Amino acid sequence: MKLTDHEQAMLQGDHGPAKARAMDLLLRYGRALGAERLVEVRNVAGTWNAGSPALRPYADESMDRLFSKFNLDSDEVVETPQAEVYTCQLIHGIDTRNNRLMGVPDEAADYQRRAEAFFGRRGVSMFNTCTPYQVGNVPVKGEHCAWMESSAVVYCNAVLGARTNTEGRESTGAASLTGRIPYWGFHVPENRLGTHVLEAEPEVRGIMEWGLFGYHAGEAVGEDIPVLTGRLHQPGLIDLKHFGAAGASSGGIEMYHIPGTTPEAPGLEAALRPGAHERLVYTAADRQRAWENLNHSASSDDVDFVMLGCPHNAIEQVWTAAKLLDGRRVHENTELWIFTPRALKDTADLNGYTEVIERAGGHLLSDTCPAIGRVVPKGTRTVATDSAKQAHYLPAIMGVGCHFGSVAQCVEAAITGRWRGGLA
Amino acid sequence: MSVVEIRGRCVVPGVAEGAAFVSPETISGWGGIDSRTGTIVEMRHPMRGQSFAGKVLLFPGAKGSSGYSHFFHLCRVNGTAPVAQLFTRMTAKAALGCVVTRVPAMTDFDRDPFELIRPGDHVRVDADAGLVTVTRP
Repeated sequence: MKLTDHEQAMLQGDHGPAKARAMDLLLRYGRALGAERLVEVRNVAGTWNAGSPALRPYADESMDRLFSKFNLDSDEVVETPQAEVYTCQLIHGIDTRNNRLMGVPDEAADYQRRAEAFFGRRGVSMFNTCTPYQVGNVPVKGEHCAWMESSAVVYCNAVLGARTNTEGRESTGAASLTGRIPYWGFHVPENRLGTHVLEAEPEVRGIMEWGLFGYHAGEAVGEDIPVLTGRLHQPGLIDLKHFGAAGASSGGIEMYHIPGTTPEAPGLEAALRPGAHERLVYTAADRQRAWENLNHSASSDDVDFVMLGCPHNAIEQVWTAAKLLDGRRVHENTELWIFTPRALKDTADLNGYTEVIERAGGHLLSDTCPAIGRVVPKGTRTVATDSAKQAHYLPAIMGVGCHFGSVAQCVEAAITGRWRGGLA
Repeated sequence: MSVVEIRGRCVVPGVAEGAAFVSPETISGWGGIDSRTGTIVEMRHPMRGQSFAGKVLLFPGAKGSSGYSHFFHLCRVNGTAPVAQLFTRMTAKAALGCVVTRVPAMTDFDRDPFELIRPGDHVRVDADAGLVTVTRP
């Protein structure tokens, strides 16, 4: 790989051992990809958590050991310096303010608090959410980034027009210290063009329908880039958040276009790769099948646990849930957990939404989710959620059955303890 | 006994050999594998319940969460990683996953490895030389 003088100096250790180890990893990674050079990044989103059982022994040795091992893939223990560029922490495993409620021991929360204090001081902004774009990290079109979190990556590329591959814990650790990432994949303009047209026949409107469409799209195109057309109502942030999260779960969608809506698609032709003519259709039968695939794991209609907020809820979604819950009571056999970014939890507190949710017997939580934290209420067998991503992952991770539906269907399940959702 | 050679590009240098573990579908790291055992756990995955630990993993590529590399990293720590990795679709997740697993890895093959490698075949991966040798008894 061709390196600039500054990159060469970092590799040689002129800027300290941590940056040398970071450059070593970026070179191994860049060569694996077949990249010819690195590109400058000034916006990094990754993870520096310490609370999971596999990580604690390393944190016991030292945070530097944890960082060296899992954020730089370095066997040599290096001192963790200040981040070189703007860096934030994504979602992680523990809501340290509600760990007891979630059945997570104080000891685990203590590890996480120590990691937050250690890496926070070194320039990692503790947003603790899978949706940094909901709390002020909104890259500009064309900006090169190094982000983890598949649902955030696809939002960053498709909706914001900024440029990132789906990075990992080690590569974002290295990018944060060097301000560099391999110039490959979605950093290269021609790789961002659409490979397929995916035309929606059923009307796509509202969170649930965008989730179903995304879940189908991921199965239909895998890692390719669909250009979405057909009966699409003007989407908002929340719709596209759910579309991308679903498509990055059933498949590996990291980029898509909606002509006339997303920033790199002024029109259909401009969004398509030259010679890309493959046309796919999303039919009513595909919609039905997506629904069934998201509901097949549930064998009971008795709902033990209702989960909202994957990806983390916008304040508008918290408001919607609060209105549906106002003056009602969650069923005695059912738990209701709603997840939102920590910064928006403060807004929900201020607005009184938290109080409404808690008065109904639900809980407003932050920093984590059941899939990432690997935690559901004790004894949970059947879950209801409005998230295709969560319904995709929870059965595999937690061995539970999942119902997928609209937020109204899920709140209804929380109130009655019974699943009565279905496709209209 | 038959011997087949496949040429490809080095992703991670090194030489290793073992029995083939063939996953016809892409693999998700986070939520798709159990790093304590190297077992595929994704629902509806054709290899669900089977472990790639100690085997030569042939798979189309990576999918799903960006936790991918970290979970293969944990496989390495736990001793449940494959001994070598062969895959056909390059992505950032697949590349980083291979790098941190630190076992020989290859891609960009001159012939379709899914046509030529069957589960249980003995596979020697010489990533330094860009050569995969498949032996079937």
